[in-house]
Amino acid sequence: MGKILKRPKGFFETFDRKPGTDQRVTHYCPGCGHGRVHKLLAEAMEELEVIDRSIFISPVGCSVFGFYYFNCGNIQAAHGRAPAVATAASRSNPDSIVICYQGDGDLAAIGTAEILHAANRGENMTVIFVNNAIYGMTGGQMAPTTLEGQITATTPLGRDLANEGYPMRMAEIISQLHAPVYVAREAVSDVKSVMKAKRSIRKAMQSQKDHKGFSFVEILATCPTGWKLDPIESIQYIEKEMKEQFPIKVFKDVISEREPKAKHYPSTKKEDIFAAVNLVENVDLFPRDQEFIDNFSEQRFRIAGFGGQGVLMAGTTLAYLAMEHGLETTWLPSYGPEMRGGTANCHVILSNKKIGAPMVETPNVLIALNLPSYDQFEPLLESGGLILVNSSIIERENKRDDVTTLRIPMNEIAESCGVRAAANMAALSAYLTYSKLMKIDRLVTLIKHNFKKRDLIDKNIAVIEKASEYVTKHYL
Amino acid sequence: MQEKVARVEVDKEQCKGCALCVNDCPPNVLFMSKEINHMGYSFAVYADKGCTGCGICFYSCPEAGTITVYKK
Repeated sequence: MGKILKRPKGFFETFDRKPGTDQRVTHYCPGCGHGRVHKLLAEAMEELEVIDRSIFISPVGCSVFGFYYFNCGNIQAAHGRAPAVATAASRSNPDSIVICYQGDGDLAAIGTAEILHAANRGENMTVIFVNNAIYGMTGGQMAPTTLEGQITATTPLGRDLANEGYPMRMAEIISQLHAPVYVAREAVSDVKSVMKAKRSIRKAMQSQKDHKGFSFVEILATCPTGWKLDPIESIQYIEKEMKEQFPIKVFKDVISEREPKAKHYPSTKKEDIFAAVNLVENVDLFPRDQEFIDNFSEQRFRIAGFGGQGVLMAGTTLAYLAMEHGLETTWLPSYGPEMRGGTANCHVILSNKKIGAPMVETPNVLIALNLPSYDQFEPLLESGGLILVNSSIIERENKRDDVTTLRIPMNEIAESCGVRAAANMAALSAYLTYSKLMKIDRLVTLIKHNFKKRDLIDKNIAVIEKASEYVTKHYL
Repeated sequence: MQEKVARVEVDKEQCKGCALCVNDCPPNVLFMSKEINHMGYSFAVYADKGCTGCGICFYSCPEAGTITVYKK
């Protein structure tokens, strides 16, 4: 007895994941192109002996249920995001064969960015792009690949190029990029074309197996239901209409010219990740003082000023300081798109209890580095709270007399130490000196440890000391 | 026993009646049934002789395991 052509082993023997009673057949409509493409893929997996290391990425669309059928790893991606998911699958499992299966709405509309960039990075994956020129699952709407003149639910008079643009020729577009090694358009129409498509798919998967990188096989496929044609008419539609506008061609084949990409095995070890972001040191600046933690009363800050005054950094510094004392803390910045100028403020909470939400709507401490901030936040302060005003540039007196207001010439203090941008440190120092919640020398220890601009550390320490002296002299 | 004749088997309960195989079969030995299967489709039937074992119907069929072709 000779060879038997039967259900490929790339498929499950029965589709147990598929609901209902007919678990030997697909959910696709009679004559659907997906069925034929699935079969070619399942067969290629079997022939290349990669079933047990293949990962099938299902898109959104009719083929969303790819995981019903393929006897391999399966991930279902969000609409258009299959190449991003496939990138992760491929990079974290460098020896896997990743099949990124997508339809035209998925790949050429919502997922245009993902596919172009995955192709441009040359990810080691095989993209199977099933182009049936229509949104099948949602009821036959126009897709990016809908043909000129094609009637769909949303182009009842036919696609008008002047209004809806041209059919997107994705294989041509992808083939313009340097990284892809194999880009072809095939069709599952007459059997000759099907057999050609089979060879293309196999070639693409083989090149992935050889770590040659990104390959892309567009396949013109039928959607008899969406096209409102019977299955045989649908095949003729591909032959007579689609192939006119989507030429069948190998657009690029540089597989033999390219070297296999080096396999990169990313580490998931904690130590390696910490080392990569330069966090090797085990930071534990201060000994834990449980009594201090237990007696700590919650501090809810708004720190506000204009961009460049160090508003956000004052917040992070406070938060780090609290963390080093074993407290709970949150820091929430709020600022415009500009890096300097504009207004900035941040919400900071220091507490000895878990913090539910990082928003500070009624602060008990306000650090106001400029007048608009003072005007905006002074009314919000909790009665009995503390306001630190940058008196260098805020001239007006306080409007609230149920809160404590300290007027500190933060700019002058900073400038007298030769570092104009250190008004934020003056503010923190003044706050700590007045509230006595944490010691000034601990702030100094922290910035010695954390400060990125090493050459400015001494000047900042001078600012801290000077501001502390100022508060002691005028307010304590 | 060694089989000497190519043949095709159609699992009628897995056939959705698209008739692509009937359309594609070079020796024209597949036809559509008058009856319907449990899913409600007319299904492909082999004429019981004349199959060359070319396998075209296998690749024509969009279903996973409806058609099995035994080559010579």
